[in-house]
Amino acid sequence: MRKFVLCMVLLLGALPARGVEPRERLADPALEARARTISGELRCLVCQNESIDESGADLAHDIRILVRERLTAGDTDAQTIQAVVNRYGAFVLLKPPVEPATYVLWFGPPALVMLGLAATGLWLHRRQVAPNETTPLSPDESRRLAGLLRDNEG
Amino acid sequence: MITELGHFALILALFVAIIQSTIPLIGASRRHIGWMAVGRSCALIGFGLTALAMLSLMHAYVTSDFTVINVIQNSHTDKPLLYKITGVWGNHEGSMLLWVFMLSLCAAAVALFSSNLPPALRARVLAVQGMIAVGFLLFILLTSNPFLRTFPPAPNGQGLNPVLQDPGLAFHPPFLYLGYVGFSVAFAFAVAALIEGRVDAAWARWVRPWTLASWCALTIGIAMGSWWAYYTLGWGGWWFWDPVENASFMPWLVGTALIHSSIVVEKRDTLKSWTILLAIITFSLSLVGTFLVRSGVLTSVHAFATDPERGMFILLLLVTAIGGSLTLYAVRAPSLQGGGLFAPISREGSLVLNNLLLSCGCATVFIGTLYPLFLDAMGGPKLSVGFPFFNRSFVPMMVPMIVAAGVGPMLAWKRGDLLGALQRLWVAYIATALVLLVTFYLTYGGPVMAVLGLGLAAWLFTAVLTELADRVRLFRIPLADSWRRAVNLPRSSYGMSVAHLGLAVSVAGFAASPFAQEAIEILKPGGAIHIAGYEITLEHVDRLPGPNYVADDATIRVTSGGGLVTVMHPERRYFQLQNQTTGETAIRTNLLADLYVALGDADTKGDWTVRVYWKPLVPWIWLGGVIMAFGGMVSLSDRRWRVGVAARAGRRSQQAVPAAGE
Repeated sequence: MRKFVLCMVLLLGALPARGVEPRERLADPALEARARTISGELRCLVCQNESIDESGADLAHDIRILVRERLTAGDTDAQTIQAVVNRYGAFVLLKPPVEPATYVLWFGPPALVMLGLAATGLWLHRRQVAPNETTPLSPDESRRLAGLLRDNEG
Repeated sequence: MITELGHFALILALFVAIIQSTIPLIGASRRHIGWMAVGRSCALIGFGLTALAMLSLMHAYVTSDFTVINVIQNSHTDKPLLYKITGVWGNHEGSMLLWVFMLSLCAAAVALFSSNLPPALRARVLAVQGMIAVGFLLFILLTSNPFLRTFPPAPNGQGLNPVLQDPGLAFHPPFLYLGYVGFSVAFAFAVAALIEGRVDAAWARWVRPWTLASWCALTIGIAMGSWWAYYTLGWGGWWFWDPVENASFMPWLVGTALIHSSIVVEKRDTLKSWTILLAIITFSLSLVGTFLVRSGVLTSVHAFATDPERGMFILLLLVTAIGGSLTLYAVRAPSLQGGGLFAPISREGSLVLNNLLLSCGCATVFIGTLYPLFLDAMGGPKLSVGFPFFNRSFVPMMVPMIVAAGVGPMLAWKRGDLLGALQRLWVAYIATALVLLVTFYLTYGGPVMAVLGLGLAAWLFTAVLTELADRVRLFRIPLADSWRRAVNLPRSSYGMSVAHLGLAVSVAGFAASPFAQEAIEILKPGGAIHIAGYEITLEHVDRLPGPNYVADDATIRVTSGGGLVTVMHPERRYFQLQNQTTGETAIRTNLLADLYVALGDADTKGDWTVRVYWKPLVPWIWLGGVIMAFGGMVSLSDRRWRVGVAARAGRRSQQAVPAAGE
């Protein structure tokens, strides 16, 4: 029994903790959980990078309702998201699609790390190979060094 | 009358700044002591003048002088005094004035606390700061003047956005700006070093305290902003990867890299040109941050179109400052080569890795923030870049950095013994494994990434402690000797440990967020919600008057196992003037977890929507930030950075140069 309680607590805990209106919620917990996950990845168009699941704006409310309508009608997650994109445009996706226009966005950062690693490796290698460029001591300095060493010994 | 005085002071400050940016520079190149000394007096006078301007604008706000347009637009007689004062920087014009005020404060601090700097270097540093001041003062006076009057006076003001009437947000901008503007000192030192063509250990020592201090302020500023979002938004979010947040996060990332790379310059006399570049980029990103946030360009590229004059000026200023310094860098940096050699596995090597990952992380945030704008301006599709992007691209770069942060400090300079370091970290492996197993068992079936994140935090935390124990040879020599070693460790070494511990604490806070629980219910008075072992009962909701709002104040009783834990009072505040409602959440923390209660709308039957969240470890996010900033301050108190010591070191190195040439 304790195990069951723990499981229930953790199952609930696994849900993203965000703000959605109680009246909007679906009776079916599995469907509602899907709706919450989808809502977390859709942007509230009038907010600053808040998802519709987090936002209190009216528009977010409308999209939340739309998502739940589609899910109740039997759409898959992908179909539901597509339905929202069809109505509001790709701007609602908090995760931009991977397409030629976004290659820089998606592949730029890893490419930078690779380039950075390569450049650092090359730099270190060249420095290791480069001859130790120390200018030889001038006669005067040699004399002073010899003097210091003598003092040390004595 | 006082407002005009402020206006004139600002104009006068512009002329003083013009002198500050030219005469000392000429003096330095002609080795004319008198001309060089002009910089110091100009910096002090400039500070006095901008302080006067700042005070006179505050006076206009406090006395509600509704002939000043800026006051009409952002204040109201009913506003509490605190928000009348902080309202000064709650708008574009006032915040720019605050920026210039902070800049003149920094310049005055440099003028006062650097009397032992070589006069030519000091003159050049102050001249560069003068140039920045000229740019900003011109911008304020020509396009964003807060002192403009109107006649006849308005009967009352339009008030400050209620969302901004909050203690957390009132003090967020000053800290943020202190951080941004503080980096101008590092920038000025970098440009001055490029003009002189010399960077050495003494230079790194002079710059480091300024960089550390600004970094601390920026850390506090960012943490404050995030904490504000957490308790204001009503569902407990604390970071959105929103352009405005990213704008402050980018200078923080590069600034962190700068703190680390300047250690290498000081100790090993290498990575010089890289450090100079970081100093330039850090301040450039601070400039970009300030302008883009305030001009509204970040939310939409079309903001340029609505106010082209301001937009063009901003663009011109950015191009001059960033382009100019980078051009100077391109010309002069190649002459900065040289310095100590080191193996890839060494303290230097680990700091290079830190710099590489932090810079790439910053570049990722930069791309994620500005690429959508760029695409939009090019006529491409409109994109949103939110947390899914940053979780996939930014976080994977930070994970290896945090892992390495546990090992790096154990490596020796020049050539480190990785295997030996890894062996000495055995305590950290055990602690990490323990945390991983326990959290995995407790949250079985929950999010695995969160468990790994907690393991990462445990790793860094114990690795830092292991390194500290290793340094004082704990349990390997008598305890009394360890104690003596601990007392004699330099403060900067403690500073590093404390800051890294703070990072570990924050990482634990980030990682634990998926374990949060929520309950959103419609409650009648007397109804209850059960969450995480608490019973939360809505007792009653009362209408209470506030200074410039009316509040619906809920009384909520929290019990656990029959015993009263606390009584909480979340509110909804209605501001008549702006016809706007804000939520005031109630948070009960025991430092391990927050109980977070927000009051929603009432329906027609008089039932209230109540949102309750239980958020484990969430206070650690900001606690970690405060610890990090404290670590920075501990490091700042190191004897080495004290001005006199740095100056003596500088004199020694200066004497060393001619001695070698003799």
